[in-house]
Amino acid sequence: MSTGTDTSTIVPLWRAAHGRTGDKGNRSNISVIAWNAALYPLLVAQITEAAVARRFAHRRPVRVQRFVLPSLHAMNFVLDDVLDGGVNDSLNLDSHGKALSFLLLDMPLEVPAELQAHLAPSPTTNPQETPST
Amino acid sequence: MNEDVLRVGCAAGFSGDRTDAARPVVDALIAAGGASVLIFETLAERTLALAQIARRTNPELGYEPLLDEMLRPVLADCLAHGIRIVSNFGAANPRGAARRIAELARELGLALPCIAVVGGDDVSGEHHLDEVNQGLQGALAGRELVSANAYLGAEPIAAALVAGAQIVVCGRVADPSLTVGPAMAHFGWRADDWDRLARATMAGHLLECGAQVTGGYYADPGLKDVSGLARLGYPIAEIDRDGQCVVTKPVGSGGRVDEHTVKEQLLYEVHDPSAYVTPDVVADLSNAQVMQAGEDRVALQGVRGKARTDSLKVNVCCASGWLAEGEISYAGARAEGRARLAAQIVRERLAGSGPLRIDLIGVSSVLADDAGHWLAAVPDSGATDVRLRIALRHTDRVQAERLTREMVALYTCGPAGGGGVRTSLRPTLGTLSFLMPRRLIAARFDFFDPQAEGA
Repeated sequence: MSTGTDTSTIVPLWRAAHGRTGDKGNRSNISVIAWNAALYPLLVAQITEAAVARRFAHRRPVRVQRFVLPSLHAMNFVLDDVLDGGVNDSLNLDSHGKALSFLLLDMPLEVPAELQAHLAPSPTTNPQETPST
Repeated sequence: MNEDVLRVGCAAGFSGDRTDAARPVVDALIAAGGASVLIFETLAERTLALAQIARRTNPELGYEPLLDEMLRPVLADCLAHGIRIVSNFGAANPRGAARRIAELARELGLALPCIAVVGGDDVSGEHHLDEVNQGLQGALAGRELVSANAYLGAEPIAAALVAGAQIVVCGRVADPSLTVGPAMAHFGWRADDWDRLARATMAGHLLECGAQVTGGYYADPGLKDVSGLARLGYPIAEIDRDGQCVVTKPVGSGGRVDEHTVKEQLLYEVHDPSAYVTPDVVADLSNAQVMQAGEDRVALQGVRGKARTDSLKVNVCCASGWLAEGEISYAGARAEGRARLAAQIVRERLAGSGPLRIDLIGVSSVLADDAGHWLAAVPDSGATDVRLRIALRHTDRVQAERLTREMVALYTCGPAGGGGVRTSLRPTLGTLSFLMPRRLIAARFDFFDPQAEGA
C-alpha cells in the first residue's frame, strides 16, 4: 500500500470509483464501485467507515457502516440519520439525499504510480473541491 | 442459460416515470417470443397516501393517475401475444384500477381481459387498529392516519397467474415481488425455494426502478457517457428456471447495460448486502457477480437465499403539517452578501417559529445540513448569481404561511436588487413504518367481475 512516496498522487475518488445513493427513511446508502478490480484494495484501505464519517460530519450521522463486496469490487456505506429526518421531515430540497454520492466520491484517494493507469480520465481540468466540514 | 426463459420487461420505475416506455419493451418481448410479462412499478413510499387522499375526494379514484397513458398503447398487443401485465398501479384502489382497465379494453374494442385484483395490504381499518397502534408505539402522536399498508409478497400474484389472470392489479406489494410472482408461477417454484426466490428477487430489484439499470440516473458527461438518454430503453430480465438472470434492453433503444450500470442498481437502497429482506425471502448478495454477456447484456450470478421472516413491513402515512418555501434571486456584484443578509433578516423576523433551512442556490443547494452548520462555516465566496431559498415546517398552517409573507416582503424591505420571488405552501405527509406479524395479514386475490361491479 502506498504511503505518500513521491510517485503516488492524490486524486478525487471518482477517478477510481463510481456509485449511487439510495434512501429509506432517515438512512442513506451509498455504493462505491471500483472502475477497475486493481483499484479495489486501495478503496478498501482508504475509504473507511471513519473517513466517511468525517466526510459527512456536518450531516451528523449517528452511525456509519461499511459492507465490502469483493466479488463486485464494491463497498456499500450505510449512514444512519444523515437525512435530517428523511423525505418526510427534512427541509432540504434533496430530501432523499440523492446528491450525497457526489460528496463521497470527492474524497481524496492516494494512488501509487503503478495503479494510475487504471484511473478514469479526468473530464474536467479544474475539479472543484467541496468543504468537508 | 437453460432454454426455458421467462422475460420480464419493466415499463415504469415510479409514478412519475415516462409513460411512453412500454411500447419498445413490448415490441422486444413480442420479437423474442416465449413466455413474457410486463410490469409497471409505480408506488413509492408516499405515493399510496396521495392515492388514498385522491380516493377520499372521489371513490372511483385512488389508483395510478397515468394508468390510461401507460396501458393504452400496449394493452391490445399484450393481450394478443399472451404477455401478462403485473403492476402495483392499483395503489389505494386496485378494484377501481381493474374497472378502468376493463373500460379501456372495451374502448379499444377488445374482449374483456381476465383481471385479478390482489388485496389484503390495507391495514388502516378497524380490524388492524390495535396492531397498528401497538406497532407505532405512540409515534402517530395524535396525527391523522392517512394510510397503512403492508408490503405483500409474490404468492398472491403467482396464484392469480396460475389461475389464469392476464392482468394482475396490486396495491402495496414489495417491488421485487412483481417479478418474483410471475417467475414462481411460470417455473412452479415452491414458496420456500429460497435460492431461486432470492435470485428472482434480485432480478426484480434490478428492474424495479425502470431505466436506472439501463443507463438512466448514471450519466456524468466525459466520465460516464450514456447515449440516447432521450429515448432510453427500459429493462428486460431473462430469468431461467434457477432464477439466474440476464438484464438487457430493447435493441436500438438508448442507454446502456454494462457491469457498472448494473452494479449501481444492484446496490441501490440495499443496506446489509448479506440480508436484503423482502416478504418473499432474505437475499444474500455477498458473493454476487455481474458479468457482461454480450452487447447491452449483463448476467447476475451468485445470489443466495435464506428463509423469509415472520413479519411484513407496514408503511403508515399521516398528516404532518405544512411546508412553506420561498425563494428570491440576487445577481451582480456582492450578490452572495445580499442573499446572506436577506436570510438574516428573515431569520430575525421569524425568530421562535421553528428552525429555518437556508440555501444559497448557486453556492450550496443540497449538500448542506438543515441546521446550517455547513453554510455558517463557509465564508462568502463572492458568488454573483445566487438564489436564496428558505424553508420552514410547522404543524400550524398560519405559522408556516408567515414565511411566505416574509419572503415577499423582501421586495421592499430586503437588500437591494432582489427579484423573482416565488413561494409555496403545502400540506405534508409523514411516513412511519413497523413490522407486523405475517399471520395477521390476509393476502389474497380475486377476479374482477364487471357484473358484480355494475360496470
